[in-house]
Amino acid sequence: MSAPGSAASGVPHLDIDPFDMKFLADPYPAHQQLREAGPVVYLDKWKVYGVARYAEVHAVLNDPVTFCSSRGVGLSDFKKETPWRPPSLILEADPPAHTRTRAVLSKVLSPTAMKQVRDRFAAAAEERVDALIEKRSFDAIADLAEAYPLSIFPDALGLKPEGREHLIPYASVVFNAFGPPNQLRQEAIERSAPHQAYVAEQCQRENLAPGGFGACIHAQVDEGAITPTEAPLLVRSLLSAGLDTTVNGIGAAVYCLARFPDQWQRLRDDLTLARGAFEEAVRFESPVQTFFRTTTREVELSGARIGEGEKVLMFLAAANRDPRRWDSPDSYDITRRTSGHVGFGSGIHMCVGQLVARLEGEVMLTALARRIAKIEITGEPKRRFNNTLRGLDSLPVTITAA
Amino acid sequence: MPAITFIHPDGKSDRIETSGGESAMQAATRHGIDGILAECGGNAMCATCHVYVDESWFARLPAVTDDEDALLDGAAAERLPNSRLSCQINVTPELDGLVLHLPDRQV
Repeated sequence: MSAPGSAASGVPHLDIDPFDMKFLADPYPAHQQLREAGPVVYLDKWKVYGVARYAEVHAVLNDPVTFCSSRGVGLSDFKKETPWRPPSLILEADPPAHTRTRAVLSKVLSPTAMKQVRDRFAAAAEERVDALIEKRSFDAIADLAEAYPLSIFPDALGLKPEGREHLIPYASVVFNAFGPPNQLRQEAIERSAPHQAYVAEQCQRENLAPGGFGACIHAQVDEGAITPTEAPLLVRSLLSAGLDTTVNGIGAAVYCLARFPDQWQRLRDDLTLARGAFEEAVRFESPVQTFFRTTTREVELSGARIGEGEKVLMFLAAANRDPRRWDSPDSYDITRRTSGHVGFGSGIHMCVGQLVARLEGEVMLTALARRIAKIEITGEPKRRFNNTLRGLDSLPVTITAA
Repeated sequence: MPAITFIHPDGKSDRIETSGGESAMQAATRHGIDGILAECGGNAMCATCHVYVDESWFARLPAVTDDEDALLDGAAAERLPNSRLSCQINVTPELDGLVLHLPDRQV
């Protein structure tokens, strides 16, 4: 038996750290290198396997029996290390446990549930655009990509008004913690105590307003679907993954439309393209760049033999620009058929909040394109660094009202 | 390989060949059929691959699961007794000639 990823296994070894600042600042050249090196690679720096082509990323996502989540979806192996927080009952779980908790969140965030919040989300998008037209020059991250989800999602969850400033920092910790023990992760966890305390408190039934997503999760306890101790942890999943992700998704869409004025014009000419413009931004920028799985047995993947208990890093963003799967993968095309992209993952763990994200993206881009003729970038965009999330810290723009 | 036909709201139709083990949704997206969005890529989450199964075929399809039933309630276009999600229709050889009508919208 050869050592993990040794030359004998035929898997190319790469000296790439997908979590260093240089990589995170501009991942595209390295993504290409990872894809071209082979269907499966080995990254010596963190002793993990990697897949960056669409076919293998899709295959790993859709074989949860072999590539499990219960040993953590970050670098840390929960079988060997104590997780930094109690594991998620959905993200970091396998069937059959996962099937039950997943069903609860699927129900709370279903297409039917979205119909009920749609008008409210659309009205808030119009209000946000009113405020932006008034300002004319603003930061498209703070004043738009963050301000809009913050104006609707915490209310939709049923959170108290106090303490909401912890939400984005908490999510930032969660997504940094999937990475290796680098400075980003260590600093995030060191500063996480107040954010964790806030989140734990808000997940309790008595702190969630009736009718909100949070209360709907707790109501499932009365139905016998989950236990009273499970409900707060499932609410935590929405607090972890429901806000910062859409901030980065909307930020990505605005950044794309500001950079590619021809696509902005197409959207203005046909507002029904708004939902597709958002979806294509999720493919193009992949706000969630990576996730890990752990092998439950020895497995052969596209000719590479991987032993049991190995971490496999899936480069979702690289798969979303794999020329083997996509025509002109590096162009942002709002009319592209994006079905099958892995920006929300795929398979049993595919983002359970994807309909919330699409709804927010669609109504926001519709409101922007209807009322604004031009978006100009007026200063150097600043990147926000995170081990898992890709997005901007600031994007100075000036708009011209239609 | 079984062929299936999609009929658009304006009456135009597209007849396409499916390949083994494919769902009607997968065949539609592979052939670029307008009117099937399939935002979730076949993970039974989004209800944007909604179709109305032709009356002559409806009874020949496997039953709707509870998950599909709940999703169909959230479909953008009106739910009818012959509504299905095309990602849940596996095009087996017995379904050669299947006719699916497209709704006027998916979102």
